[in-house]
Amino acid sequence: MARDTSYQAVMARQNEIMKKSLGMDYEQFVSGPIAFDYEAMMSGTGYTLEKIREIQREVGVGETPLLELRNITELVRRNAKPGYGARILVKDEACNPSGSFKDRRASVSLYHAAKLGYPGALAATSGNYGAAVASQAAMRNLGCIIVQEVFDSRYVGQPEIIEKTRKCEAFGAEVIQLTVGPELFYLALLLLEETGYFNASLYSSFGVAGIETIGTEIAEQCRARYGKDPAYVVITHAGGGNVTGTARGLRKAGADKSVVIGASVDLTGLHMASDRDFNRKSFTTGHTGFGVPFATWPDRTDVPKNAARPLRYMDRYVTVTQGEVFYVTEVAATVEGLERGPAGNTSLAAAIPLAAELPEDEIVVVQETEYTGAGKHPQAQLDFARRNGVEVRRGDPRENVPGKSIVIPEDFSQLHVTEVSLDRMRRSYIRNAVQRNGLREVNEEEVRFLSEDSKLSLEDVCKVLEEFGVKVRG
Amino acid sequence: MSQRCSKGDWVMIHKVILEPHQRSKDLPEDTAKVPLEAWIKGWASESAEVGQEVEITTLSGRTVKGRLVEVNPGFTHTYGPAVPELTPIGRELRAVLKEAKNRG
Repeated sequence: MARDTSYQAVMARQNEIMKKSLGMDYEQFVSGPIAFDYEAMMSGTGYTLEKIREIQREVGVGETPLLELRNITELVRRNAKPGYGARILVKDEACNPSGSFKDRRASVSLYHAAKLGYPGALAATSGNYGAAVASQAAMRNLGCIIVQEVFDSRYVGQPEIIEKTRKCEAFGAEVIQLTVGPELFYLALLLLEETGYFNASLYSSFGVAGIETIGTEIAEQCRARYGKDPAYVVITHAGGGNVTGTARGLRKAGADKSVVIGASVDLTGLHMASDRDFNRKSFTTGHTGFGVPFATWPDRTDVPKNAARPLRYMDRYVTVTQGEVFYVTEVAATVEGLERGPAGNTSLAAAIPLAAELPEDEIVVVQETEYTGAGKHPQAQLDFARRNGVEVRRGDPRENVPGKSIVIPEDFSQLHVTEVSLDRMRRSYIRNAVQRNGLREVNEEEVRFLSEDSKLSLEDVCKVLEEFGVKVRG
Repeated sequence: MSQRCSKGDWVMIHKVILEPHQRSKDLPEDTAKVPLEAWIKGWASESAEVGQEVEITTLSGRTVKGRLVEVNPGFTHTYGPAVPELTPIGRELRAVLKEAKNRG
């Protein structure tokens, strides 16, 4: 008998489909409605950091150069107080086979899929990750399907995502281009069922473990060349995997004192599932529309428990504006000779004002770059913004209004970051954890887990729970 | 652009995945009003006119039916025209760097 393919029926089969397509039963890690053994889940991949490095070396992933941005550092020092302006380094992740750090994520997933004998891999993503999965699948001669959100209901596509469709197809992947909506995941589940492919989720432990190597490489490269660890590591933050994996890698390398700073493009006010807002965004990733909801409720993804848990690792979270990222993309190309991004330059835009906080002998690492191409380029994206009614002008970036205006700074000194309260996000996470699970009371184990997952103290977790009317048993 | 495909041609089809009433209940108003649509590429199993229903075999080997929209679909996205707000930036900052160097 044919299976019911309605939205409700497929979503109801979600757990069953995931279990089959991930080759891992998450139930073994779960101890309560909220609590689960995170570290056991992360090591549940069965791959050590060393093994992952070996897997990545075999497919030409990782060991990317760490470049010193001398001219940008000089410009920072001109605007900083005397003796200030840390050296800015960038990890040139665009050098990976498909052009971004996402190859690190895909490499472990596809190695695993091949080892377990899956005929192919599927990912639901409109980002660089699609190309990474497609490229890794090509190397292992596995089938590949990428499901992307590309068009609004007028069939107008985001230029950045159209380029990502092209790239996936270039690597031989089947791409399904969709209109706006979270049912992207419904279709992905349906296709997993139809094809028996591996669920190369961005949020599985395989994917996130694959990013850890970037953190260890940063620590090793900084020590070898400068004899010290970076003071700040600035990481573009969207779904949380980049922050989580990099921070875990830094810790594994013993770089405990490096401050982990997440950076997102501020898209406050634009609804991520809105057909109308879709083409009023000039960034389709690295923005607050993913950064905030995924940090404050990670378990909203296509795996039962998300391996990307950024609140555990972020020491600071800052935002920059769209105009600042486009400006910095132009700066990197014209004064450093590095044409990259734009979305991957979110962390670079943040690193510039952040470097001015530190003395000259410190190091700030910008943790990634990504390839650029037609559509995925400031000219294409700003032209598109204008055609969709968004004002583009030069001025004070503080006047930037997401979806309405993109203000390109008039001067380098105008680059700034806005600090986001992590304390508020931690509280919001606790509220989501209890409300989404419909809990009126929790036990001590759940409190301990909430404390680890939010990085709030046990006392603070209890206080927040009390405010939300949730009792603590025992 | 050809208005007709023959068997074996590389084509793109369009299909509705979910009609508005079949969609997730958790959608903003504007999205809830429109269907979830898909565009998929593959080799046509038969000849057809643009606008007609046709079956294709995709790169992953699946067969899918939908309305034929294009034969030999390609990409026309570009780097876009010059953006006047961006073009002066490099020159501005290189001048600053030069001045800093001259002052030593």
